[in-house]
This record gives sequence, structure tokens and C-alpha cells, in this order.
Amino acid sequence: MKQNNLKGWLYLLPAIAFLGLFMVYPLVDVLVYSFEEGYNFASQTDMGTGLYNYSYVLHDPYFMQAVKNTFILVIITVPLSTGFALVISLALSSIKKLRDAFQTIYFLPYVTNTLAVGLVFMVLFKRTDYTEGMVNLLINWFGGESVDFIDGPYWAKMFVMCFYTIWVVLPFKILILTSALASVNPDYYKVAQVDATPRWRVFTRITLPMISPMLFYLIITGFIGAFKAYSDEVALFGTNLNAAGMNTIVGYVYDMLYGDSGGYPSYAAAAALILFAIVLTITVINLLVSNRRVKI
Amino acid sequence: MSKTSEVSSQKVYDQAARAHRIRSGVAKTLIYLLLGLWALMVLFPFYWMVLTSVKDYAAYNAEYVPRFYTLSPTIENYVSAFTTVSLGRYFLNTLIFTLLTTGIMLVVVVLAAFGFARLEFRGKNLVFTLFLALMMIPTELVVITNFVTITNWGLRNTFLGLILPSVTSVFYIYLLEENFEQIPDSLYKAAKVDGTSDIKYLLKVMLPISQPTIVTITILKVIECWNSYVWPRLITDNEKYFLVSNGIQEIRENGFGRENIPAMMAAVVVISIPLIVLFLIFHKKIMVGVSRGGTKG
Repeated sequence: MKQNNLKGWLYLLPAIAFLGLFMVYPLVDVLVYSFEEGYNFASQTDMGTGLYNYSYVLHDPYFMQAVKNTFILVIITVPLSTGFALVISLALSSIKKLRDAFQTIYFLPYVTNTLAVGLVFMVLFKRTDYTEGMVNLLINWFGGESVDFIDGPYWAKMFVMCFYTIWVVLPFKILILTSALASVNPDYYKVAQVDATPRWRVFTRITLPMISPMLFYLIITGFIGAFKAYSDEVALFGTNLNAAGMNTIVGYVYDMLYGDSGGYPSYAAAAALILFAIVLTITVINLLVSNRRVKI
Repeated sequence: MSKTSEVSSQKVYDQAARAHRIRSGVAKTLIYLLLGLWALMVLFPFYWMVLTSVKDYAAYNAEYVPRFYTLSPTIENYVSAFTTVSLGRYFLNTLIFTLLTTGIMLVVVVLAAFGFARLEFRGKNLVFTLFLALMMIPTELVVITNFVTITNWGLRNTFLGLILPSVTSVFYIYLLEENFEQIPDSLYKAAKVDGTSDIKYLLKVMLPISQPTIVTITILKVIECWNSYVWPRLITDNEKYFLVSNGIQEIRENGFGRENIPAMMAAVVVISIPLIVLFLIFHKKIMVGVSRGGTKG
């Protein structure tokens, strides 16, 4: 077995090389950047070492706007999309006819390019001089007033953003929950039927506990995914998210790195680490809660 | 006496059964209504994008109230999508990028998974644990340095710069390693006795057996590559190297002029078609694959 040593490492070499260069080294480097005060990429200069970058980012109104947007997005979309996915999956598992067709249709958004389909949503919601737009037509039918969802008031933009996010994330959640529901042992339901257990009781006492590990998995990944929202927003509001007032934390990181306001990797690094700290905290809280709840 | 009570109890039973049937019938209808409604929500944007893409530019702009159908479809928008802007080039770039990235990644991942699953060497377990720990690192954290690295190497606006950072995935190595582990060790020993080399054994025995996992990984990676936006945007500012996601953003901001929505929708249709076709052919495989190894949302 001794002579295998070299060979073993040889097989791992490509993976180790790529991971080391593009994963491990950057991890150290990002910390270094975040403490190099005001590092400018163009002039390759910094102003010393310390916590200035963090303080700059935390006092930047654009960053605070991005944090606010991201938190609103997370608080609205995670519970709504998970709950909605649960309702749809329960409905799906209670029918036989057309089930495969529905499942296939529901999965479609997963395989589409978010940037491309985001443009369609923009067209549907936008109000221009030439046209009211599709959604406003519907609103008018029901007797409401037209609103510009893309360049209009904050709540309207937030609504489109949440709506599109939910539309994009539902396929994955529905898929996971339908397979979780399908894997519940049917014997439990048969026993419940013999005992004439009411439906809601079957749901709260059998279904929910059995799928709760998957539900918590979806909630945790949902939180992480929503905190990293970025491309969906670009699709709806264009690349200059700060001007639209709809930037997200990840968007702020990229704007600091590159683009019209870019060239400041140290601010970007500080913002990225703040994001990482937020996500880590939320994930740990989630895990603690789920450990207490999920017991089978 | 007993006879009448029997009849009436039968009657009560019938009534209850009927009420139950009606109630569950109503419930079924409501369920189908809900499912149908969401299916409509999912499909409508696709319908709208195809519809708009075949509307004539002048006709579209004349509709103050949008129409749900068109009587005079035109392919003119598709022609201008390929001639006015370089949609063909974006398309070709994405194809090259997707094929190369997926191909190189498969080689790297397969080799590493084989090393972990079949070979014995000192330090293996430690390295494997370190690999797994890397799964928790979000891309947002490493993208900053990677951007600087690629820029310093002078690889901006090259395919190499686009591809290099995304040719490894710890998660796929893990997925494949699990699969390799399940292949009985006796097969490997027998091959060793026959004097088969490791690489030949890997190609001739392990890969065919693990084909479903390989297919899953390939599909997930292709979807990821086709839709990737952030890294290509950071690393390319020369239109020659744009991928479709950046291309569509470019088209939106400077392409046809902001108001030529039909041409924009034609471009969106063209970009969406490859993955949708792939999905319609392999939808079972893709859905199983994603539920095993996908994350998004």
C-alpha cells in the first residue's frame, strides 16, 4: 500500500490545486482585504490596518438600504414560499390525474435563465407612455388604479421583487416537499383512517412531524438563498440597483468591487464578511430551533 | 319494527355517503382549481414572452391596452435579434463556456472521487474532512479575491478566466464518492489481480456503474453554467466574451433601444429554448437529479 501514496495524491492534485487557489487562499485573503483600510485597486495603496472598512460600510447609506431591502425580502419570501410550496405539494399528493403534468409545469422556472425571464416580468409589470402593462390591465379590471411597479413607489417595487423571487424559488421547494410527502409510510394513514381521525389531526400529528426535517432543510436553505439575492433584482431593475433603491447586500458587494462605483475590494470584503456573519447567525438559530422541534 | 329501523338506518347511511361524496367532490374541484391557477401563473410569463416576440414592433407599440393574442405573427423580431445585436455570439460563447466547464469539472471531480473512494494513502481522511468543510463557504466570500487574481493574471475577457474558478465542486466530489463507495471492493481487487490499471478500471467499470450520478452532475452543472451571471459579469467587459445572461442585460440597456420590447422578447425566447428543450426531453432525470443534489432558492 505504501507505493500508493504518491498515486493517491496525484488523483487529488487537480481538485486540491483548484480549491486551494480559488477557495482556500481567497478565504484568507478576504480577511486581509477587510482590514486594509481604504485599499484602492487602481493605485494599489491603502491607509493602514484597522476596522475602518467595516465602519465605512456600516455608515454607508447605500449599504443600509441594501440591508433593509434584503431583510424585507427574506422576511416576506421565506415563510410565504415555504408555506405556499407546502399547500401546493399537499394538493398535488392528494390527486392522481394530471399530477405528473402539474409537477412538470411547476418545475419549469427552475430550468430557465433568471435574467431572461426577469425581463418578461419587467414587461408584465412595467408601465410606460405607450402602454399600461399587463398587470395594470388586470388591476384596472378589478377597479384599481394603475401603478408603475418598476420605476414607481417603493412598496410596488418590493412587491414585484418578492413576487418574482417566490416564483423563482417555488419549483425547488415543491419538488422537495412532494418527494418528502410521497416517502411518508402509507401505513400511518391507513391506521388513522381506521380510527376515523379527522383530516387536520392527521396533518398535524402524522404528516407534519414526518416531513419536518425536510421542511426545516428548506427553511434553512431558503434563508441562505434569500440573503444572497442579487440576479433576480438585476433582471427586474437593471444593473444600477443603487439608483433604483433596490440593491441587496450581495449587490452592494459586487458594486464595490466592479462597475461604476467599483475598485474598492476592501469595502467589498468587509460587506461580504458582514453578510457571512448575518447568514451564519441566522443558520445557527435555525438549527437550534429545528433541533428542539424535529424529534422522531 | 326491526324492518323499518333497518330501512331508515340504510337511508341515513345513504344520505351520509352522498354528503361525503359531494363534500369530497367539492374539495377535489377546489384542489384542481388551485393547482390550475398556479400552473397558469407559471406558464403565463412564457406565453407572454412568445406572444410578444411574434408581435410586429409597430403593432405592439400601438396597443395601449395589451392584447392577449395576435393575428399577424411575424418572425422579423427573431431576425433582428440575430442581426442587430450579437445574440449569435453570446449564444456560441455560452455553449463553449458550458461545454468546457462541465467537461473539465467532470474530469477533476471523477479523479478526486476515485482517489477518495478507492485508493489508500496517508492523510486521506484529513483531506476529505477539509474538503467537506469547504462546502460551507459561500461563493460571495471568495469571489472578491478570485476577481483580483484573474485580473492580475491578465485573464479578464478570456475563456480561461471565465472557466477556471468554477471547474471544481466539493459537493459533486462528495456525491460521486458516495456512489463509488457502494461499488463492491471485490471488483477492484479482481481487476488488480488481472493487472488492470487504475485508470482503466475507473473508465471501464466505475464510470458505467455510476452513470446515473454522472448524468445528474452533468445536468446540474449545465443548468448552472447556462444561467451563470455574476462571475461572467465581473470578468468580461468586452462584448466579444459575453455570455447570454450578460448579453440579455446588454440588450436591455443598450441593444435595440429600450422600447423595442418585441425584439427583446425574441432574444429571451432564443436564450430560454435550449434548457427548456433539454428539460422536456429529460424532465424525469432532471427532477430526480435536482431533488438529490440541487440547491437553489
